[in-house]
Amino acid sequence: MARVWRFDTDVNTDQILPGRYAPYMTSEAELRKYPFIEARPEFAKTVQPGDVIVAGPNFGCGSSREYAPQSLKMVGVGAIFSPLFARIFYRNALNLGLPLFELDLTTLADGADVDLDLDGGTLAHADGTITLPTPPEFLREVRAAGGIIPYFREHGRFPGEEVVA
Amino acid sequence: MNGRTLSEIILSRAAGRSVASGEVVTLEPDVVMVHDSIAPSVIKILREQLHVDRLPHPDRVAVAVDHVAPAANLATAEAQAKLRTWVAEQGIETFFDTGRGIAHQVLIEERLARPGRIVIGSDSHSTAYGAVAAFGTGMGATDIALALASGRTWMRVPETIRIDVVGQFRAGARPKDLALAVVRRLRADGGTYTALEYHGLADLSVGARTTLSTMALEAGAKAGLIDPAGLPSAYPVPEWLQTDPTAGEPSYRERFTIDLDAMRPQIAVPDTVDNVVDLSELGRVPVDVVYLGTCTNGRHEDMAAAAAMLEGRRIARGVRMMVVPASREALQAAIADGTLATLVAAGATIGPPGCGACIGRHLGVLAAGETCLFTGNRNFRGRMGSPDARIYLGSPEVAAATALTGYVCDPNEVAIDAVMAGEGV
Ligand code: SF4
Repeated sequence: MARVWRFDTDVNTDQILPGRYAPYMTSEAELRKYPFIEARPEFAKTVQPGDVIVAGPNFGCGSSREYAPQSLKMVGVGAIFSPLFARIFYRNALNLGLPLFELDLTTLADGADVDLDLDGGTLAHADGTITLPTPPEFLREVRAAGGIIPYFREHGRFPGEEVVA
Repeated sequence: MNGRTLSEIILSRAAGRSVASGEVVTLEPDVVMVHDSIAPSVIKILREQLHVDRLPHPDRVAVAVDHVAPAANLATAEAQAKLRTWVAEQGIETFFDTGRGIAHQVLIEERLARPGRIVIGSDSHSTAYGAVAAFGTGMGATDIALALASGRTWMRVPETIRIDVVGQFRAGARPKDLALAVVRRLRADGGTYTALEYHGLADLSVGARTTLSTMALEAGAKAGLIDPAGLPSAYPVPEWLQTDPTAGEPSYRERFTIDLDAMRPQIAVPDTVDNVVDLSELGRVPVDVVYLGTCTNGRHEDMAAAAAMLEGRRIARGVRMMVVPASREALQAAIADGTLATLVAAGATIGPPGCGACIGRHLGVLAAGETCLFTGNRNFRGRMGSPDARIYLGSPEVAAATALTGYVCDPNEVAIDAVMAGEGV
């Protein structure tokens, strides 16, 4: 069983990982200690691998700092659900292989028990099971490869890109 | 035939085929910008994950040390030393080290960003390049590393929100107020995945255009393009970029008009950029710090506007005023015409060109309980230091009026008070 971490709307990257805690200022090894360090200090201490984040719209707005989604991936966040993600965050998460779903699940309470099955495409909770939308081809390919870099290394091109002979 | 948006024109040319919004294209960016804050991650990904020792196009790379310039501690000093070695190894000539200024400002000054180009940067405010009608957008470390390694990147052609600006700036309203009014209208996520496209601003300086293009990001936009009409001749507009007046209306996702005649000074209230009110609706908010700088409002014209109001006066007792020029050019211009001397005489503290305390790392970080009037682009909780500091966003003129009175203040109010020449005013 995993749990839901509920967040509000417009969660920005300064909340997820304040600039002062960037690897540039500290060190990459410490990154896992810092997600939501000021906004929600208990998060990094108690989050368990497979837990999910459920937020209102515009999750990840603000800076381009990839260490924000990277820190969430490091602590094992299984997926993030928000009706709308900020563009750069979405792209960064996609590149890192951190699953995002454009879904409004804000009826789920903070701390609710859930069971995320990414392969089966479901999220089970106390009152039922949600079928997760099938991501577009592009995303599926990147996710299956484990991120854009493994994808690129394997194929020598971006998904959908025509290889010019 | 339907007309095309600026994004469609620029991205079609780069993709080598006619593309419309919604399509995904792969293209070769003209410039890939990397700054000191993200460079260590980018270099690490290049080495450890992509195993690339030599970049294929060092001539298309611009590197800036701006986020922590000069280095604030041992960790940043060592990271910057490694960055310098890497830049030399790669033969990157467009390297803007400590003191040259904020990458966005510098790339525009150096004309690395110019009409019709595609500039991607390791920084969200890379929308800045839209000021000179370059398609500028921000990406994370992995995307930037891949672009450096392959010379290519992918992107989705954005839909466009067209903003027609009519009327004249008056009654203390400035380009920053327009930028805030747009975020107020669209909200923080109203422009997500879109390009904002401004028309009707042919009279605006490149600097004022940059205020608008940097802040497009605060509505979630991928790009913030200003119609190139009226750009100085240093930024020639290629013929292919000129929109065809005989073509029909492009398909916009949304289109609206903003009337400057009706605009008054705007203020973004903590803790979100879209929490904007007319300054006249704000009660009396005392401040501890006034901070003039950043890629949004740290140019010579911004400093000069503040200096014109501070000339012969002193900032209020108990207020600290930081002025951090966006670039060395801006600083030099402010030295040459006496702007800097005026600001210093009024009691301001001058920082080295760069990002300064914009991200709360050095050079004027805020303490718990402090309030700052900031000419930058973000007022998120914790942005400039303590999560218990409060940040209000306003124009350089509001900054000067606030410095004089000690509370968030309408520039019109100070102009009247000045006649009475009160203490601290
Ligand atoms: S001045 Fe601030 S917003 Fe602009 S690039 Fe630097 S840190 Fe980012």
